[in-house]
Amino acid sequence: MKHQRLDALARADRVLNDLSYGYVQDWLGRGADRHAVGYLPIYAPREIIAAAGMIPVGVFGAGDALDIVKGDAYFQSYICHIPRSVIEMALDGRFATFSAFIFPAICDVIRNLSGMWQMNFPDQYVKYLDYPQNFDPEVGGRFYRRELEDLLENLVRISGREVSDAELHAATARYNENRRLLDRLYDARSRAPHNFPMSEVYRVVRAGSVLTVDDHNRLILDYLAAAEAEPLPDQDRIRVYLVGAFCEQPPLGLLKTLEQAGCALVGDDLLLGMRFIRGDVATEGDPLDALVAAYLTKCGWSSAVYDGDNPREDKLVEDVRACKADGVIFCCPSFCDPALLDRPMLQKRLDEERVPYASFQYSENTGQFQVIREQAGTFSDSIKLWE
Amino acid sequence: MSETPRIVKEKSMVVQKKMLAAYYKGLASTGETGQKVVYTFVPGNLTELILSFGAQPVYPEINALQSGMRKKSMEFIRQAEKMGHSEDVCTYVKCDVGMMLKGNVGPTGETIPAPDLLLCSYTGCFTFMKWFENLAKMYDCPVVMLHVPYRSAGEASPAMVQYVVDQLRTRVIPALEKVTGRPYDEERLRTMLGLAAQAEDDMVYCFESAKNRPSPIDGYFAGVYYIGPIFTAFRGTEECVTYYRSLREDIDERIARGLGPITPEGQIEKEQYRLVVEGPPNWTNFREFWKLFYDRGAVVVASTYTNVGGSYDLGFRHDPAHPLETMARYCMSCYTNLSLPQRTAVLSNYVRDYHADGLLVNSIKSCNSFSAGQLQMLRRVEEETGVPVGFIESDLVDPRYFSYANLKNRLDSFFQMLDQKLTPGESDA
Ligand code: SF4
Ligand code: SF4
Repeated sequence: MKHQRLDALARADRVLNDLSYGYVQDWLGRGADRHAVGYLPIYAPREIIAAAGMIPVGVFGAGDALDIVKGDAYFQSYICHIPRSVIEMALDGRFATFSAFIFPAICDVIRNLSGMWQMNFPDQYVKYLDYPQNFDPEVGGRFYRRELEDLLENLVRISGREVSDAELHAATARYNENRRLLDRLYDARSRAPHNFPMSEVYRVVRAGSVLTVDDHNRLILDYLAAAEAEPLPDQDRIRVYLVGAFCEQPPLGLLKTLEQAGCALVGDDLLLGMRFIRGDVATEGDPLDALVAAYLTKCGWSSAVYDGDNPREDKLVEDVRACKADGVIFCCPSFCDPALLDRPMLQKRLDEERVPYASFQYSENTGQFQVIREQAGTFSDSIKLWE
Repeated sequence: MSETPRIVKEKSMVVQKKMLAAYYKGLASTGETGQKVVYTFVPGNLTELILSFGAQPVYPEINALQSGMRKKSMEFIRQAEKMGHSEDVCTYVKCDVGMMLKGNVGPTGETIPAPDLLLCSYTGCFTFMKWFENLAKMYDCPVVMLHVPYRSAGEASPAMVQYVVDQLRTRVIPALEKVTGRPYDEERLRTMLGLAAQAEDDMVYCFESAKNRPSPIDGYFAGVYYIGPIFTAFRGTEECVTYYRSLREDIDERIARGLGPITPEGQIEKEQYRLVVEGPPNWTNFREFWKLFYDRGAVVVASTYTNVGGSYDLGFRHDPAHPLETMARYCMSCYTNLSLPQRTAVLSNYVRDYHADGLLVNSIKSCNSFSAGQLQMLRRVEEETGVPVGFIESDLVDPRYFSYANLKNRLDSFFQMLDQKLTPGESDA
């Protein structure tokens, strides 16, 4: 079975390591009326895109796989790294076959990138998806419904074919299945992190940002089956919850470094958008209303969502307890205001709850992990000492 | 540069100083008067609404910039960094948090009272949300969120207006009623919105006076003083109308006499370069920064920073006939809530309409809202207008990012570029 685990990971790696999106190009090549829709972190309602007969593609930057030549001429040094690698990829023509891009309202950098897209790539439909920060169904809900209608109307304009409620329900059902499988995977990881190392789970999950939902569902199932059939040996590691990496992603080497330094990741906000809606979205009634209701009542906590009476720090503590983490690692991209401005508030609460934590910053192309290895090693040792 | 008696001030600056002194005094005495205090932000500020409830608005950005000008900001920023804030994040937030930790003493030496309500006008900047979330943990008071949609497609759609109006009706007004114990008084609000529109007319007149040659004003360095009353606690009051009327009269007189702008060292005798500037100024070394321009006879004829609290010169006016809708439209009109193509068009139009010789971007380390995309805008304006463009970097209130030598070098090269472009005598018509 070991080769099945490796086989599943190889399938994930094939799409992850391909900055030319060969999988998407193949998918597009299978029909003249097919379209690809890119979306930036954190979350996009992929159900709508899939129902419109299009492939949603999560664009998370190029990590450490691309030398930035042009991107630096577009962004000052004190702006995080993801927009410069995304614009570099775009200028290299890697998204030339894409018909549309969605820029979710999560921060000023992604927001302004949407305008740069309008200016540089006028042939692509640009949708800035303004998530409501008001969670009253009659106020924020009504506004968000209009946002989703606008998205759907424009996708219909691009494809030239109407989308029925039945198609929306069917796509929602497939994504519900995806959410359930991801839950299963994360639960398994939390129960036995040695058998589901984050350096593997991450690749399986991230592949879902490119694969069709059906292909991704199959990949998760295959990986789960392979891992359960032949578990990896147990390891003496502390259980760690990782926070701050919901947008720009750390390089895989960083996740491996943490594990090698004795930290098993049992909870995290990496690739948060894939699990943004917690639980099923209704597959009856008005399908857009169902997506609106899911956003208003079932979205997880995030730095990009106003939490008013239901503070993020409470939810972090709940999550930490639920996954029995020994400590928290704040792992935030450099220059990321949303993640970094949350950090002191979250840390204060962890202090009150006597949950130990460590902090560091990264950039998606960080190549040196020595300092992080030492910090994480010290953190892990100190927790073991106090156990 | 420290204040010395030699510094020349315009009449309006003296008037404004008095207005501000009275404002801070009023704030310091809210403990006795029982007046409620509402913290809110400059972009998308609902000053008339707050004042119509008899409450006093406080603007944390103004406190931060004043701290920067008074050389207090470094101490405050350090304080915030000590409590865990990263060096990478917006320094306005850290300056404000540090100021609060150090006792919240305002620019006049009086203590600024704690808020009775935090009204987060979430307009044009995501950091605002984080800022008020941080303050909410430090103060024991209610918070109300007003989410203002971004004008990504250019105009404000009916759904966007409706969304803001709905929030005003269901969240903001009830919160103000609860905190102040007073009912919403629409007639009073209408009167104030009418006064706001009068002041706005005069303010636009003043800024547009820079189309004259020579320009009677500097629309950036002096402009930050001109926007003071209308961007803060005075919009919608008689005092504000009077201030802009008298500013307009002063400017008319300067135009009639063919005079250039007044600087801290007196009047600019010869307008050498006419510039458009994008981005906020540096506050920690404001005078030094300004001097780099006026020493060379460089006059800023138009700037986008003076639109952060409302894009009045792009046509927006408060409309008392539709109070909630006009406030919604106002919130969406603030400069950093405009899309990048719109912002680029504003700059290109300024270059043309104000007959500018060049565009300069002051890119602020703190501010992703302004800065992300500026390099693209700069290139596009250059293509569209053909004027030379320059790029400098600094920060708002973190003095660690103000490098005089670096700025001077870059500005010298920029002025050289302008010299090459301008045939002798062309800029001093
Ligand atoms: S890393 Fe942070 S600042 Fe950068 S684009 Fe993502 S959320 Fe915005
Ligand atoms: S990021 Fe910019 S607009 Fe936002 S609070 Fe900081 S300085 Fe103000």
